[in-house]
This record gives sequence, structure tokens and C-alpha cells, in this order.
Amino acid sequence: MIYLTRLEHFNAAHKLYNPNWSKEKNEKVFGACANENWHGHNFDLFVTVKGTPDPETGFVMDVKKLKDLIKEHVIKKVDHKNLNLDVDFLKGKMCSTENLAMGIWNQLKPHLSENVTLYCVKLYETPRIYVEYFGDTTNL
Amino acid sequence: MSHRVAVHRKEHFNAAHRLHNPEWTDKVNQKVFGKCNNPNYHGHNYELVVKVIGDPDPHTGYVMDMKHLSDLIKKHVIDKFDHKNLNLDTEEFSLLNPTAENIAIVIHNILRAHIDTRLDLQVRLYETERNFVDYPV
Repeated sequence: MIYLTRLEHFNAAHKLYNPNWSKEKNEKVFGACANENWHGHNFDLFVTVKGTPDPETGFVMDVKKLKDLIKEHVIKKVDHKNLNLDVDFLKGKMCSTENLAMGIWNQLKPHLSENVTLYCVKLYETPRIYVEYFGDTTNL
Repeated sequence: MSHRVAVHRKEHFNAAHRLHNPEWTDKVNQKVFGKCNNPNYHGHNYELVVKVIGDPDPHTGYVMDMKHLSDLIKKHVIDKFDHKNLNLDTEEFSLLNPTAENIAIVIHNILRAHIDTRLDLQVRLYETERNFVDYPV
């Protein structure tokens, strides 16, 4: 088993704001991140798949194909966008880095072939803050 | 004899913005600024490097007290721009397009007013790891 990672990046605006709460409560819980008019980040996205190298190509997966999948199903939807307003797979969700990483996982999972496994979505919101999602492991 | 030394302080802030010229049609804005024109904004982690150049003071050995420089940047720049929408939340960019170039000029001019005129000042602003500007040059 070997792990293969592709790094992509995108820039987006968002805010952390729960519409079921008052403005005061949002500001208390989310602080500066609740700013009504949004703020933004340069996100770095690491997508890791695992598998056994194909004996003929030596590849777990053609990394060009992985790059194209990430671009098509994630980057095109989120880059230079407002995560709260413009992104279909985040509609109705809180736009935290945690939820964004899980949303990205769900965007990619159905498009990977059967001989590789999606292992990890690692998402940096800033150089100092990142989350990792390994899929739903409750049954392991 | 002069011993000019450059000292640097790094800070960072996160902000939303869009590039848009209100004197142009939406179509022209879209053509010129591309995805940076997105009406719902996008955003960046900006990295700011403030460079101060001068002779070290004979008594302290400092070009400038870095704690003082850090406090100046926090008070006059970071508190103003961090977690803000540059177009909507700041008076500096209510009429000025918030390109990296213009943000660097604005930050330079804000800080210039608070730093000893015997010291030279230069600002470097990273909009992304790969796009950055220097002012003045």
C-alpha cells in the first residue's frame, strides 16, 4: 500500500455565521470570523489516495487524472468564490474549514476508480490552521 | 560613517475583496479582472513584510524598536483590515480598487506617518505565495 498526494490551492471569501442565532451570539462565538461583509483566505488543499501500484504503469493512480478530478469537482466550484453564497455543495451548511474538507471529500469520492481509496483530505485555511478528514470511520 | 541596516517585521491578515471599476460595464470588468471580479467577493491570506532602513542608534543599537514597529502595524493596519471586506468595510478602498499594488501603497502611506522621517520605509505585500508586490521601488 502506498499513499499519493496532490496539492492544489484556491482563494475564497466566507464568514462563520449561524442564521439561527442573533448577531450578538454569532459575534460572541465566531468573533472576527462573523464579519457581516465576509473575509477571505488562500486555501491549500492536499488530497491523498492510497493503493497498490499498477504493475504495468507503476502508478497508484495517474496523478494528472487526480489533478483533473480535483480541478473539475472542487477548484472550479470554489476558487475566487464566496463559499457561503456561490458553492452548491455547501448550501445550508456552516462554512467552517471542517465542513469544507468534508464537502470536498464527498465531491471527490464518487469519481475515483475502484482500485484506489480516498485516504485523506487535508485543508489549510491559513499556514497555521488546517484540518484533516479521513472519511466516515465510525464503522472501523 | 554610515552603516545602513534594513530591519523587517512580518504580519498577516485575512480579508475579502473584489476587483471592480465602477466606471466600466460589468462586461468590461469581467473581461479585465476575470474571476477576481466575482460579485460575491473572494479572499486571501495577506502576508505583510514591513522593511525599515537606517543607521542603528548609537545608544540602543536599534534601527527601530521592533516591538514598537509591531504595535504600529497592528494598530494602524491589521486592526483596520483583518477579517474585513476591503471594498465594503474600509474607507481607504471605498473608491480605490483593492489590488495588491494599491493595498501596498495605502499601507505604506499609513505607516509612513508614524515612522521617523530619517528612516526609509518599504512595504512588501503577498496576496498569495506566488503573487507579491513591493512599494516604493
